[in-house]
Amino acid sequence: MITAAVHEREHYLNQSYGIKSWLLTKDHKRIALLYLATITLFFFLGGAFATLIRIELLTPQGNFVSSETYNKLFTMHGIAMIFFFLIPSIPATLGNFFLPMMIGARDLAFPKINLLSWYLLVIGGLFALFAMLAGGVDTGWTFYTPYSTTYSNGWVIATAIGIFIAGFSSILTGLNFIVTVHRMRAPGMTWSRMPLFVWSTYATSLIQVLGTPVLAVTIVLVFCERVFHIGIFDPALGGDPVLFQHMFWFYSHPAVYIMVLPAMGVISELVSVFSRKPVFGYHFVAYASMAIAVLGFLVWGHHLFVATQSVYAGLVFSFLSYFVAIPSAIKVFNWTATLYKGSISYATPMLYAFGFIGLFTIGGLTGLFVASLGFDVHVTDTYFVVAHFHYIMVGGTIMAYLGGLHYWWPKMTGRMYPEGWARLSALVIFLGFNLTFFPQFILGYLGMPRRYHVYPDEFQVLHVLSTAGASVLAVGYLMPMIYFVWSLRYGKIAGANPWGATGLEWRTASPPPLHNFDETPVVTHEAYDYSTVIGEEIEVG
Amino acid sequence: MPEHVDSVKTYTLVFAALIIATIVTTAVAFVDLGPFSVVVALVIAVCKMLLVALFFMHVRHSTRLTRLVVMGGLLWLFLLILLTLGDVVTRGWVGVPGR
Amino acid sequence: MASEAHAPAESLALREQFDTEAQQKDASTLGMWVFLITEVMFFGGLFLAYTIYRRAYSSVFAITSSSLNVYIGAANTVVLLCSSYTMVLAVRAAQLGRKNAIIVFLILTLILGGVFLGVKAYEWNEKFQEHHVPGAGFHFEGIQADQQGHAQLFFSLYFAMTGLHALHMVIGVGLLSFLIWQTRKGRYSAEYLTPVDLGGLYWHFVDIIWIFLYPLLYLIDRHLGK
Repeated sequence: MITAAVHEREHYLNQSYGIKSWLLTKDHKRIALLYLATITLFFFLGGAFATLIRIELLTPQGNFVSSETYNKLFTMHGIAMIFFFLIPSIPATLGNFFLPMMIGARDLAFPKINLLSWYLLVIGGLFALFAMLAGGVDTGWTFYTPYSTTYSNGWVIATAIGIFIAGFSSILTGLNFIVTVHRMRAPGMTWSRMPLFVWSTYATSLIQVLGTPVLAVTIVLVFCERVFHIGIFDPALGGDPVLFQHMFWFYSHPAVYIMVLPAMGVISELVSVFSRKPVFGYHFVAYASMAIAVLGFLVWGHHLFVATQSVYAGLVFSFLSYFVAIPSAIKVFNWTATLYKGSISYATPMLYAFGFIGLFTIGGLTGLFVASLGFDVHVTDTYFVVAHFHYIMVGGTIMAYLGGLHYWWPKMTGRMYPEGWARLSALVIFLGFNLTFFPQFILGYLGMPRRYHVYPDEFQVLHVLSTAGASVLAVGYLMPMIYFVWSLRYGKIAGANPWGATGLEWRTASPPPLHNFDETPVVTHEAYDYSTVIGEEIEVG
Repeated sequence: MPEHVDSVKTYTLVFAALIIATIVTTAVAFVDLGPFSVVVALVIAVCKMLLVALFFMHVRHSTRLTRLVVMGGLLWLFLLILLTLGDVVTRGWVGVPGR
Repeated sequence: MASEAHAPAESLALREQFDTEAQQKDASTLGMWVFLITEVMFFGGLFLAYTIYRRAYSSVFAITSSSLNVYIGAANTVVLLCSSYTMVLAVRAAQLGRKNAIIVFLILTLILGGVFLGVKAYEWNEKFQEHHVPGAGFHFEGIQADQQGHAQLFFSLYFAMTGLHALHMVIGVGLLSFLIWQTRKGRYSAEYLTPVDLGGLYWHFVDIIWIFLYPLLYLIDRHLGK
């Protein structure tokens, strides 16, 4: 009987059918799903490269692939994961779907530009995919000159074009979100009443519009250098390869905040709902997001500590890098304080949130290690750095992404995922992740360089542990793929607010109608006011 | 339906100022001002930019948000150049080879 | 704000995600400004490279800068400023609902923009003739062999910056053509002139870029070697 009701009610998924209704849609919710499919494909592509890397690293000899192939593997792993999975991930899927709903809007400010953003990601991705299949690129995802401009034999230009185009996808999404938050909030939705996910996504959007263009012009210069030999980074002509690094990292450091800020926004939502308490220190968390966005632009030189950057510049960047950790720490403290005396539920999204808080803390603290000039001289370009950023991007962002996906799945699809299997995979992912990456801290500290596939025998045990962990992690990632798809047909039908959450997105049906709300909501309560949802308990399957 | 319609006279005056500034900056370039040549050139360019932005782009009638956006963008460019220069200028200060 | 007169439906084009025309206009204008900021950062990378290399190789940059024709550069600057003048008059005409005036001023802007591009093409051609184009055939007379690389850097920046600027001008010309076409169809009025307004913002921005390019490329220490 409920099934019949769902099928009768019109919502954004059944409102129109056919491939054109998807490929020409202006609905932010459908565009979010288009992105979801695209980035999932790139995630598995990046994961395939990671698998090959980990297989090679099982033995100290370079016997699985040649050195040149290995260079291509880690390069393409990085490119696929960073530019075509992590950067779009939370903003373009969960952000696209829920930012308008959370502020009570019918859609983003510029729906057609939103669709264009998706197409740009796909086209850029096709260029990158072509490069990967045609022979690959071996410069590292960081494209350092003069190797990328002069000496590499790989498909640098095609990859560069792909990333350039995908960059505009990111810029336009950021632009769209900024204008939406400023101009499309429902009556009564003041800045101080917005969910913290919106604050985080807004801060992320600022980074996207201010930073990505610099990457774009850097790519243009690499392109010109490679094609026209103009010498802009060529030492033989008086060019400065380190200038490339400055320009590259001016974007690429803030890029890591593009990857982690939306994740933090998700965690704020999850921690609140699953403790049934408002986030502690709402304004601190909101302003901390803005502080991270701003300060994140001032630290890029910490990637150049050993690149012949001046010592004085190194000191300044080191100091600022310590500074940028403060707002992140403020958030961790606030989430922890939110838990205190909360009514805690261990539903799957909360498991991911717990995982995030722990793993992000480790990743963030090790960031302080490498922010220290003296220490970094020893561990730069070792697996210590690799472990550091994987703790944040995988232990952090991907966990938050999965947590958010589970949390909002019933809203997006009208179905619940199977809770038992979901909790199991969260656990498998957590264990697999730590087994994969914790040994890498030790490896790096002991001197194992990154981007090498040949190594001294004494490192083998740690590498084997890491590869074993990666196998477990792979299983953990495959499980949601299977049960999410399963849930679309067989999952329990979800109501409008299965979690008893506050937030405007839970005030409308699951799945939502085409225009999100039957009537424009008028907001009269503060964010996370649980008195408005008394009686709506958390349904855990 | 616009809030402020500036007069043709206003625009013409701004235009004239821009042309004069162009002539001035060109002429001044032929005068030896030592290290101040680039300062003068940039100051004139910034003044021209302000004229175009405030009058032709209507920033003087715009919202606080628009002005914030403009200043933010310029500030960010400034940060990019300043911090990178901070590295380039201080190389070799420590007296240690390669630093 | 005065009450909004009810304009013909075709010129209003209120999109369904917006509640009022005012909201739509505000959002569109903000969107254009945010876009212009991304352009500031995009060109900004080139300004950064310029700053670094001019500082490192100031004497060579002065010599190479002098090889550019300052009178043509100044004249082209004036042409572009004129085009900004006609553009803002076009926007003003739109604010007053004067369709024919809009078209006249937009066409003038377009012509002036075309003149600018033509002059640029002439200047570039001159650089080709003189072997000042970076690459294998580059050679700059009057400096030592070990400074050829530095001279080439100047011209790399010259072509990259003026080239990117010219590309934006071409896009601007396309936008103007679109606006002229739409104006002739009666799309714009005193109630709805947002595209003209935004086109103006874009055009003025491209002018501002040139306002900086001109002194930075053409006027480096001109007093030295006239």
